[in-house]
Amino acid sequence: MKTRFAALVAAGVLALSACSSSNPLGSASPAASGSSSAAGSTTLVVGSQQYYSNEIIAELYAQALEHGGYTITRQYQIGQREVYLPELQGGKIDVFPEYSGNLLQYLDKNATAKTGDEVMAALPAALGSGLRPLTASPATDQDSYNVTKANADKYGLASIADLSKVGDSLKVCANSELAKRPYGPPGLKNDYGLNLEVIPVEDSGGPLTVKALKDGKCDTADIYSADPSIAANELVTLTDPKALILPQNVVPVVSAKVDEKAAAVIDKVSAALTTDELVGLNALSVNKQQSSSEIAKTWLTGKGLLG
Amino acid sequence: MNYFSQAIAWIADPANASGPNGVWARSWEHLWYTILAVVLASVIAIPLGYLVGHTGRGRGLVVASSGAARALPTLGVVTLVGLVLGVGLIAPMVALVLLAVPSVLAGAYAGIEAIDPRTVDAARAMGMSEWQILTRVEMPLGLPLLIGGLRSATLQVVATATLAAYVGAGGLGRFLFLGLKTQDYPQMLAAALLVVVLALILEGVFEISERVTARRLHTH
Repeated sequence: MKTRFAALVAAGVLALSACSSSNPLGSASPAASGSSSAAGSTTLVVGSQQYYSNEIIAELYAQALEHGGYTITRQYQIGQREVYLPELQGGKIDVFPEYSGNLLQYLDKNATAKTGDEVMAALPAALGSGLRPLTASPATDQDSYNVTKANADKYGLASIADLSKVGDSLKVCANSELAKRPYGPPGLKNDYGLNLEVIPVEDSGGPLTVKALKDGKCDTADIYSADPSIAANELVTLTDPKALILPQNVVPVVSAKVDEKAAAVIDKVSAALTTDELVGLNALSVNKQQSSSEIAKTWLTGKGLLG
Repeated sequence: MNYFSQAIAWIADPANASGPNGVWARSWEHLWYTILAVVLASVIAIPLGYLVGHTGRGRGLVVASSGAARALPTLGVVTLVGLVLGVGLIAPMVALVLLAVPSVLAGAYAGIEAIDPRTVDAARAMGMSEWQILTRVEMPLGLPLLIGGLRSATLQVVATATLAAYVGAGGLGRFLFLGLKTQDYPQMLAAALLVVVLALILEGVFEISERVTARRLHTH
């Protein structure tokens, strides 16, 4: 039996060392390459994050561009910024819906921008050559701290600062990474003097997080502001007077392959997309389980962008 | 420095060792979840397995349903139960028990089925009651296979218990998820290594108990 044991350990170590030298998640290479300018029409690669709402926005761009005569390759559900941004910078993706504040914070850890306009002004330099942001959409989708209506009424909660009325040490239900984010507990302590502990519920502010908040497992929950469940569950979103959470306007980031004509097509989509419209689109996915292509087609047709 | 040595350094770092969110506390939690899940699964599966093994009835149903239970995606169960009962330890515990039941059940009834029917007939001919046959003949002779079932159930549960952290409970999954989501791969790998260490320790315990029971059966 000793040999079996040793073999087990050896196999384990081998397996671990085999994957320890490079990024274990970044090795997947997308099939499409950026150098396909075949037969007249330009081929553009549209990407999206692993977030249903982001995929819907990407699909809006994709269908609008297809209508404008472009050939589109879709590369959806590509993880988080750490994975897809190198692909964008490497020219493998041409159009990607992004969120202004988080993108800036990711690109420039020392960014001082606070308002939406400041963020947009700082983005082109932060993105560097090869990529550029198009005009930001008025729609925002950002982390927000929410409480139940019952607690909001009971303690008189309107802003994040009011959380101090609830108690000295509070719990926030959120994805575990919030613990390390500048707008998470470190920022809440620094800007608002609040002590919050993250109770990890790893569904990105989804139904489990909402359920945990309603069950009283936590005092507040981090839910994306364009999530239809906020209204559906009568949650109260706390205001952020100290601008701890940067504004997250939806902004398309594009490569040099996107010419002025294509940019104009995307700009029209961005201009029509407001936060309310985005919440409505998300609701079709969450409540009606429609696919992103169905949702995009209906919305674009309704806005006359496919006509 | 590669991820592997960074992960070892992360585990060895005293700053990560103590406190309610330290390596020790989370490892104990993880071990506790594992033991609790296997014990709860045993309470359900061992009597049921003995009933099936002893009477020979309902075998088809039990095999089919425990086979189906094996195919349940554990994360799906965690999410589903979590949506009904809320976040915390209950949802992952239900999922872990569901995961452990098929192996324990198979170990219990297979242990009895594997006994030479002549041995059982001899016991019956000696005038033993059915209860005596079960407790004095079938249970001791079936013990090695039952322990084997418990062993594979424990191994599956110790690896899967990381999902407890998906819905707000503790365990080593805390480090795993935090490492994954913040691209802190050394921390993620450290958590995986700690799960491996726990699994090896539990394997060692089962190895010893299997040898002890085998020796006792042979000396009788």
